[in-house]
Amino acid sequence: MNKAPPIVKKNIIMQVQNVARHYKVSNGLLRGKSTVKALDGASFKLKAGSTLAIVGESGCGKSTLARVVAMIEEPTSGHIEINGKLADLDEPGTRKSVQIVFQDPYGSLNPRHKVGTILEEPLLLNSKKSNEERRHLAIEMMTRVGLRPEHIDRYPHMFSGGQRQRIAIARAMMLDPKILVLDEPVSALDLSIQAQVLNLLIDLQDSLGLAYIFISHDLSVVRHISEDVMVMYLGKVVEAGPAATIFDAPSHPYTEALLSATPTTDPNARKKRIMLTGELPSPLNPPPGCAFNPRCPKAAQICRINEPTLKENGLAQVACHFPNLLT
Amino acid sequence: MPLLDIKNLTVEFQTAGGMFRAVDSVDLTCESGEILAIVGESGSGKSVAMLALMGLLPWTANVTCERMLFSGHDMTSTDKSVRRKIIGKDIGMIFQEPMSSLNPCFTVGYQLGEPLRLHLGLDRKAQRKRSIELLEQVGISDPEKRLSAFPHQLSGGMSQRVMIAMTLASNPKLLIADEPTTALDVTIQAQILNLLVTLQGEKNMALILITHDMGVVAETAERVQVQYAGQKIEEQSVEKLFSEPHHPYTSALLSALPERATSRRLPSIPGVVPGQFDRPTACLFAPRCQSAQDICNKQVIRQPSSLGYTLCNFPLNENITKGALL
Amino acid sequence: MLTPIKNHTEIQPESQNVRMQLLREFWFYFSENRGAVIGLWVFLFLVIVAIAAPLVAPHSPVEQYRDAFLKPPAWDAEGSWQFILGTDAVGRDILSRLIYGARFSLFIGFFVVTMAVISGVTLGLIAGFFRGAVDVVIMRIMDVVLAFPSLLLALVMVAILGPGLLNAMIAIAIVLQPHFVRLTRASVMNEASRDYVTSARVAGASPFYLMRHTILPNCLGPVIVQGTLSFSSAILDAAALGFLGLGAQAPTPEWGTMLAEAREFILRAWWVVTLPGLMILITVLAINLMGDGLRDALDPKLKRS
Repeated sequence: MNKAPPIVKKNIIMQVQNVARHYKVSNGLLRGKSTVKALDGASFKLKAGSTLAIVGESGCGKSTLARVVAMIEEPTSGHIEINGKLADLDEPGTRKSVQIVFQDPYGSLNPRHKVGTILEEPLLLNSKKSNEERRHLAIEMMTRVGLRPEHIDRYPHMFSGGQRQRIAIARAMMLDPKILVLDEPVSALDLSIQAQVLNLLIDLQDSLGLAYIFISHDLSVVRHISEDVMVMYLGKVVEAGPAATIFDAPSHPYTEALLSATPTTDPNARKKRIMLTGELPSPLNPPPGCAFNPRCPKAAQICRINEPTLKENGLAQVACHFPNLLT
Repeated sequence: MPLLDIKNLTVEFQTAGGMFRAVDSVDLTCESGEILAIVGESGSGKSVAMLALMGLLPWTANVTCERMLFSGHDMTSTDKSVRRKIIGKDIGMIFQEPMSSLNPCFTVGYQLGEPLRLHLGLDRKAQRKRSIELLEQVGISDPEKRLSAFPHQLSGGMSQRVMIAMTLASNPKLLIADEPTTALDVTIQAQILNLLVTLQGEKNMALILITHDMGVVAETAERVQVQYAGQKIEEQSVEKLFSEPHHPYTSALLSALPERATSRRLPSIPGVVPGQFDRPTACLFAPRCQSAQDICNKQVIRQPSSLGYTLCNFPLNENITKGALL
Repeated sequence: MLTPIKNHTEIQPESQNVRMQLLREFWFYFSENRGAVIGLWVFLFLVIVAIAAPLVAPHSPVEQYRDAFLKPPAWDAEGSWQFILGTDAVGRDILSRLIYGARFSLFIGFFVVTMAVISGVTLGLIAGFFRGAVDVVIMRIMDVVLAFPSLLLALVMVAILGPGLLNAMIAIAIVLQPHFVRLTRASVMNEASRDYVTSARVAGASPFYLMRHTILPNCLGPVIVQGTLSFSSAILDAAALGFLGLGAQAPTPEWGTMLAEAREFILRAWWVVTLPGLMILITVLAINLMGDGLRDALDPKLKRS
């Protein structure tokens, strides 16, 4: 297992309080609208130069959280603070401080733009640099992410998936952000390419002091790269804490099931899995009380009535009526 | 006699830049009732080889082989309609995207009834009865209601279960699963894999699992075949593959797993898989291999079965295996 | 991790290679359709003939040879090699008129398609990007325009503005425009939710920048294909209007107008009617075949490499 870097007191670069994102969906003619609570109250503090991972399955709201934090969508409620000040898009520096890298390396680059154009675009839109300066910065960035600068006039379809993801990372870096939101950046890549891209991200973090919000469903990657982890289910945070605590001593039954369901690469350790029954619930129709109760092995009457709130449990916080207690 | 016996399969595609060899002289055998995993990254040709067996490749593909026998039948020379009967009835295949594998215009019941009607000749009432039984077998609750549901009303996990039910309808001898859980969430993946292994055991069906996920391989497979750039490079039992891989690529792949990392930076394999235009002359992995030497650019030999049919001049863990044999 | 930056004038040669590679790939898919290649050659031949008309045509298109009325083509017993394809009722050489006529037909095609594309794509971009009320208004107007048979609308416009080629072309362009609006709008709606558009938005792009630089280049495939088909529609419509006497006026050697003048000679002098009609047929067929090939070559789903 990797050794975590020594714990150093780092300052909080981003603080998110109770952000929620609700959508109104029509039920067809004459039947009014219902509210989809894609994200329902998430909070976290992100330390400079560290990685916070957000894990969960479909419908848990992690991608919505990514879009809200990257300021692509406005939260329905709650607020975001960057460096102690409320994030305001009208202020010029705000856009530059948070950038996002998407999951799909095939859809996140404009197929009709050359790589040079793609990389220079953020500078074109946000700074007054000359053509030569922009070109130079683009070439520099390409080299930094491990691409050959001679390829600057190529189109995205001439690159492999791993190389496209590097271009996407390079583009996100052009404005010199301090926070990078990475929405499943390596999920669509082969294992050997995944390792290369993860190494690139680690190198960038170490040399530039970047803070990452790393969204993934792949727990082995998350365990390797993050210091803090937040587990989400149906738009709510069910458990949060340092990575070592979450993985070695999970408090929430969903986290336990998630860890148990992840296949390990040791054929001799074919374990008895915690098999969850049932399907993932739909955000249009959340179960009453605790959203996890229909599938939870520990569910009791109170779970169907009362929604649990996040409470401290040792080094972690957990939202459960019957968590595994950590002293 | 193995259930599936493929020897020297080669598949080439016509493309804008010439012929592209997606599968390069691959051998594959599968015994009745065993679970074989074919593992590899993109470009390894793992899916294409099985699609060639099923006859599902586009017209631009050129398939050649020395031998392709299924249950004694020669799959290459048989009359097209006879081949179609074997493929639909005795070999089943499920694919990666369950949400788009089902026809969105027809109900689940109609689609489940199709193989029952075509391969077993059942009438409406018998179809309905058998469909409900099949849905129960794959763990779908409330099967009567589901028969009249449309595919867009089902979740990913449920769609994949329906697909499995459809392939089980004709009691196949072999089920090929092409990345069946890649598009599914991890808790659903666990359910589907468990279902596949249980059904395989109950019906003594052979299962070929195509995947790139080493975790899935470790937990499910009995025997593993590793493919790289269209070639078969190693084949071993699953325990031996993970503890004593013989091919440097297999070993490098295992070290790149985040779980096995010993430092913050992951040991990664430099370079990329050779594409259409930069294929090395002899060993395809040589440009990226730590233990490559000059001779690897001139020739590459296939090791015997004791070393896992490894396609390598300098296989790893030779002594361990040889020691075990003594 | 920073490596010294090379002098980036070394990078120039790549861009030519990239362009050649794209062209080669395009040609691979296009040339698979043999009809499309034949169409392309015929079309190019017509363009060359049209451009070089003064050099190629044996006579002037408007000169009347008083002693050679209604002469049949050269291979007929009464024909002569002076007038290879014969002459019309006032003694003008048909071959020369056909050659000059190519100029008109091609010009009509280009002009009409250009006008229809520019206005159609712009409206489609606006409708697809902004949605809401703007979208509804634009699309309903387009629906009304589509409901008119093209000839009818052209007739109305010509009745208001007076006969003549320019007015006929404007009318045809207006009628062809809704197809482009629809196509562009559909493409825009498809592309607007893609990640690369979101990335540009996150980088601070204005709506105008998004429409013009980010989304528009990705919508052009279907527009190009529709453009070739509209080219042939335009030629046919202009010929029809010419036939009705509302398009190009005599003595302009436009093929449709030639047909109009020759109506009474169908039985007496078949060449005066058949040959212009044949030219229209060949041109429209060539363009349609080309459009087919273009569609296959530009469709990303059919790409195989």
